[in-house]
Amino acid sequence: MPGKISILMVSGTIDKLMAGAVITSGAVANDMEINVFFSFFGLLNLKKDNSFPQTLSYEGVPMTDQMMKVLKEKNVPSWLDMLKNAKETGNVKVYGCALMADLLGVKKDDLDPIVDDIVGVGEFVSMAEGGQILFI
Amino acid sequence: MTDEVKPDKVVDARGAFCPGPLMELIKAYKQAKVGDVISVYSTDSGTKKDAPAWIKKSGNELIGVYDRDGYVEIVMKKSK
Repeated sequence: MPGKISILMVSGTIDKLMAGAVITSGAVANDMEINVFFSFFGLLNLKKDNSFPQTLSYEGVPMTDQMMKVLKEKNVPSWLDMLKNAKETGNVKVYGCALMADLLGVKKDDLDPIVDDIVGVGEFVSMAEGGQILFI
Repeated sequence: MTDEVKPDKVVDARGAFCPGPLMELIKAYKQAKVGDVISVYSTDSGTKKDAPAWIKKSGNELIGVYDRDGYVEIVMKKSK
């Protein structure tokens, strides 16, 4: 029986968002069910108006420019495109965190259409039950 | 070998990085009919192991993994 992974995308930096999108793809390849829950800075990265600054990482700062250059030069898809592709291919659901959405006055319509719904933590934990939770 | 088994679909994922080629293969697999032979070309170093592992795990038939000139070709048959 295929398993289940639920990922909390809390960090808003590209390195972590990308890691989450890559793991989601790998889970799709293994026919797993995946719930991705965006909160804090992760949620801000899903705003349609792109008002949140895209930062590669808070770690390894001296490498940042080089890494960004490599990603661009080699035409690596963005984390969002990768996540969209995974969602088109497999059983992936994407949620926004209700707490953060309320605090920041963000509505579902303000977010990228990849978002299926805005849900509270109780619902998310209930969805995650019986599977693994990754906090990224 | 692949000269004998002609693929019904070729996925040219050369230039894409992990997990790109594997995801493209899975997409092509979902659109294919049972019995179709699908071939994927990849220059990514993960695909050579990733794709055969997925093909076997998903209950399909791995026809072969071939080193080509500067890329790898993996051929599968959709058996379910």
